[in-house]
Amino acid sequence: MSQGKIEQKKYVYGVYSHETNFLDAIKSVQADGLTVDDAYSPFPVHGIDDLLGIKETSLHKAGFTLGFTGLVTAFSVMTYVNTMGYPTVFGGKPFFSLPAFIPVMFETTVLMAAVGMFFVYIKRNELFPGKIPMIIDERTTDDKFALAFGIDGKSDSEISVIKSSLQKSGAEEVNIKSFE
Amino acid sequence: MSKVDSLLREPLINGVDKTYGKITEDIVRNTEGNPPKDWWIAFGFALAGLLLYVTAVSWTIFKGIGVWGLQKTVNWAWDITNFVWWVGIGHAGTLISAVLLLFKQKWRTGINRAAEAMTIFAVICAGQFPLIHMGRIWQGFFIFPYANTRGPLWVNFNSPLLWDVFAISTYFTVSCLFWYSGLMPDFGTIRDKAKTAKRKKLYNLLSFGWRGTAIQWSRFESLSLVLAGLSTPLVLSVHSVVSFDFATSVIPGWHTTIFPPYFVAGAIFSGFAMVQTLMLITRKVQKLEDYITIAHIESMNKVIVLTGSIVGIAYITELFIAWYSGYLYEQYAFYNRAFGDYWWAYWSMMTCNVLSPQLFWFKKFRRSIFVSFIMSIFVNVGMWFERFVIIVTSLHKDFLVSSWNYFTPTWVDMSIFIGSLGLFFTCFLLFTRIFPVIAIAEVKAIFSSISEAAQVKAKKEGSH
Repeated sequence: MSQGKIEQKKYVYGVYSHETNFLDAIKSVQADGLTVDDAYSPFPVHGIDDLLGIKETSLHKAGFTLGFTGLVTAFSVMTYVNTMGYPTVFGGKPFFSLPAFIPVMFETTVLMAAVGMFFVYIKRNELFPGKIPMIIDERTTDDKFALAFGIDGKSDSEISVIKSSLQKSGAEEVNIKSFE
Repeated sequence: MSKVDSLLREPLINGVDKTYGKITEDIVRNTEGNPPKDWWIAFGFALAGLLLYVTAVSWTIFKGIGVWGLQKTVNWAWDITNFVWWVGIGHAGTLISAVLLLFKQKWRTGINRAAEAMTIFAVICAGQFPLIHMGRIWQGFFIFPYANTRGPLWVNFNSPLLWDVFAISTYFTVSCLFWYSGLMPDFGTIRDKAKTAKRKKLYNLLSFGWRGTAIQWSRFESLSLVLAGLSTPLVLSVHSVVSFDFATSVIPGWHTTIFPPYFVAGAIFSGFAMVQTLMLITRKVQKLEDYITIAHIESMNKVIVLTGSIVGIAYITELFIAWYSGYLYEQYAFYNRAFGDYWWAYWSMMTCNVLSPQLFWFKKFRRSIFVSFIMSIFVNVGMWFERFVIIVTSLHKDFLVSSWNYFTPTWVDMSIFIGSLGLFFTCFLLFTRIFPVIAIAEVKAIFSSISEAAQVKAKKEGSH
């Protein structure tokens, strides 16, 4: 499984119309000893991660790390400002007051975690404004599911094995797409 | 997530002819072609409101806030009322998208996109008021803590007004990110349906180049789940912090420990009412009755009756505690609310927020579009009065009888409030034409199981 990256120039792909057929097809081609390079669907299909061996992302770790950084930053800045930087008397309240710091610490934690995770997400998913994506078939964002196999440098006989395996798996169409 | 759905449960998508393709078509259709005449009429009104807003705000900035009805005694009035009202409205969007996601409430998929958009526009409106009420708006950046050349003079981290700055800006940012990450796949769908190169380019830009591979979806789901987990405490914190603006003061009527939960319930209450208003119109105009069904409307009405009753209990608790405290000023503050100069505002609030939502205990009313629409307006009016009552009636008769005063709004106060509705509806109407109003991918994800339920039901009804 390539990690969501188009690495090859030419692909052969099978098209399916229903998510259950799609999941069965993955099992069928895998039984034939093939490895799926990319699986496209119009919505998240449950159970596909296990079939394709996609590991759970570490986004939440990034979120935790950044959130923790936010927490520590907010606490340190407020402590510094109120006790050392410019200690000011506000109605005789203590300079260092943890309860008063909690709202800002909480908000900063959430802000850093969310913003950080979003950027990690678009970086990992290779998304950015204006990017020209390589899409195997435009119908896959509408109502079709597709399984794609890279065929760069593969012989005609190897390609026909993939094609027949796709047909056997119940694909409605088997097409070739080349990205130039 | 299990794909098994009871046949007894009402389907979330109606219509026997639905397919994945039909769902795309129904939702994308509204972003294509020229808007209908109704839309232009509504947009005209909204733009007129926006113009009024710009005029009134410019006049305020030019002349100073003396053009408002504020005086020495009542030094907060419509500005902060509007601020709290708008922030409260925003809460429903996050509740629907985050809390209901964690609770696996599938009916959220029909309305979450529009509700989140509403959140963002409501927070944009809310954010205007703290800025303009400063008077010297050009010094607004003083509210941010940064190393500066003024001493360095820092902000007061012990002040709830500063906590507000953090709460509102975090809330706005996180809501935008949550909303936008969900929009990317749907923009991809519109892009791939686009017929012209220009349109394709625009929607590809908006979609960040979405492809819809299994690995992208896997990360997408992780992100949604963690953002939902972060937004859930966030949404509860935001209105709690807003309530601290009042609760940490020593003004009778404000100095109340019940404020945080009471404000949060009120926020969800008013937010759902606004979602209801918007959805009832949107489903009709955009012909989305199959996706935003009577079942969705009923679910929202259930939330309205629950939160409305919580708010009602909070009102009564406040009265009880005021009496039980034995504190003369507190007792007078509440007596004055109900029977003082502003009695009409108090009883409008009580009628709209506590009494009228009780209608929703009856299924017939919960499922009536007409009643739901009227009620949603009632609740919005009532919740505006709630904030007005809390703010103005607590201030206008303070500790010194010689400074007692009656607040009357000027044309500028009223224009800014009406104008902010113009700002909100301008944004929302543009949203309904450019963005997919319903989360296409999420609806498709729940479709495969519920469509069967819907079809079985339709067949059963057809055979009778």
